[in-house]
Amino acid sequence: MKQRPYFLIHLLKDLRLEWRSRDAINSMLFFALLVVVLFSLAFDPTRAVSRQISGGILSVAVMFASVTALNQAWARELRHQVLDAQRMTPAPAASLFIGKVLANFIFVSVVELALAPLFTIFYNLHAIGQGWLLLVVLPLGTWALVVNGTFFAALSIRTRSRELLLPLILFPIFIPALLGMVQATTNILTGEADPGLWIKLLGVYDVIFTTVCLLLFELVLNAEQ
Amino acid sequence: MPVAASLKTVSKLYGTFAALRKVTVDFEQGRWYVLLGENGAGKSTLLRVIAGLLQPTYGTVLVGEGPPHQGRDRIGYMSHAAMLYDEFTAVENLRYFASLYRERPCQAPEAALDAVGLDPTLKRPVGQYSQGMRQRVSLARVLISQPELLLLDEPFSNMDVASARQMLALLAAQRAQGRTVLLTTHQRELAEPLADYVLTMMAGSVASLLATETAK
Repeated sequence: MKQRPYFLIHLLKDLRLEWRSRDAINSMLFFALLVVVLFSLAFDPTRAVSRQISGGILSVAVMFASVTALNQAWARELRHQVLDAQRMTPAPAASLFIGKVLANFIFVSVVELALAPLFTIFYNLHAIGQGWLLLVVLPLGTWALVVNGTFFAALSIRTRSRELLLPLILFPIFIPALLGMVQATTNILTGEADPGLWIKLLGVYDVIFTTVCLLLFELVLNAEQ
Repeated sequence: MPVAASLKTVSKLYGTFAALRKVTVDFEQGRWYVLLGENGAGKSTLLRVIAGLLQPTYGTVLVGEGPPHQGRDRIGYMSHAAMLYDEFTAVENLRYFASLYRERPCQAPEAALDAVGLDPTLKRPVGQYSQGMRQRVSLARVLISQPELLLLDEPFSNMDVASARQMLALLAAQRAQGRTVLLTTHQRELAEPLADYVLTMMAGSVASLLATETAK
């Protein structure tokens, strides 16, 4: 019988755990929803203004919402020392990391999918540029967020103030990707400029940071208190 | 006799505190060692160093021929904590961990649970189990990959005497199959009659290593 790759075993485990608790998705969804609605009420933007600011609002809403989930990304593994049991297995550390990143990517994508129709209604949006490119920009930006978020959440799990530490480390590192995501989204919505350069930036950022995180994860996993 | 694990002048420091002090000891293959000592004597640290979960500050640790991380699939480690997902049933937990030991001939989760005296058809998540039941599942998790070296840290601390005796009989069967057992406990009267050696630790050092009647 063909065996599943290790990362898929970890991924399916995380999806099953989330399906039972719905901790991550619920907390992210409510937080992101609040940000989107509050900004809409606070600014009451016109259609033209909406196109200019909605890329930023969506990215920031997803970014802050993701932190609430990413902070809990390793909580189940820390509880009852499950992480030690995983460290004792012959499965490579990178597979544990990739499984966790993919799970977080799916959770954040689900939240983005749920937000998209609400966002369109509240901000009265209609893309002037090539709207389908959003299907490239959002996954690339989301991957940049979760790959770094999952890595730095693992880095901070043994610290006392990990809830504070994660955004402090993650946000500055994420700035280039955030910039790319916001600019690309705005260019697509307004149709004023070609988003190609920003999409390439996101792609390169993702490749670099995924590689670095994969290479360093085993070191982080085996770091002692 | 071949050596299952070997420590040479191993020290583990946390700042200026020495959890282990120049520990040198060989654990023979197929033998049962009971590690005794007061709280803070270094028993748990010793097991974690052998498991490769902690790096010694000084000294060398060998499991079989190589360092612990090279032979992790041959080591079964059980700590005070259950090391299980609360949200999963016992069978789901064991199935997940068994799938991570691809190269080893793992037991079926149901058989492993049966062996520790638990009903494999229980649908409750492990989070709703009693402490004693969790420890049984935890022991089943350790045994499922049929490791050659068992490192068990206080495996009977929340069990009643009858359950502890049942687990001891199970571990005795493991030893009879040639597996090495290192077990820390405060319930000396339970484990000592079955042990080959009693290792007593004091303030991070090995105070004594005595063979029992079983070893002779």
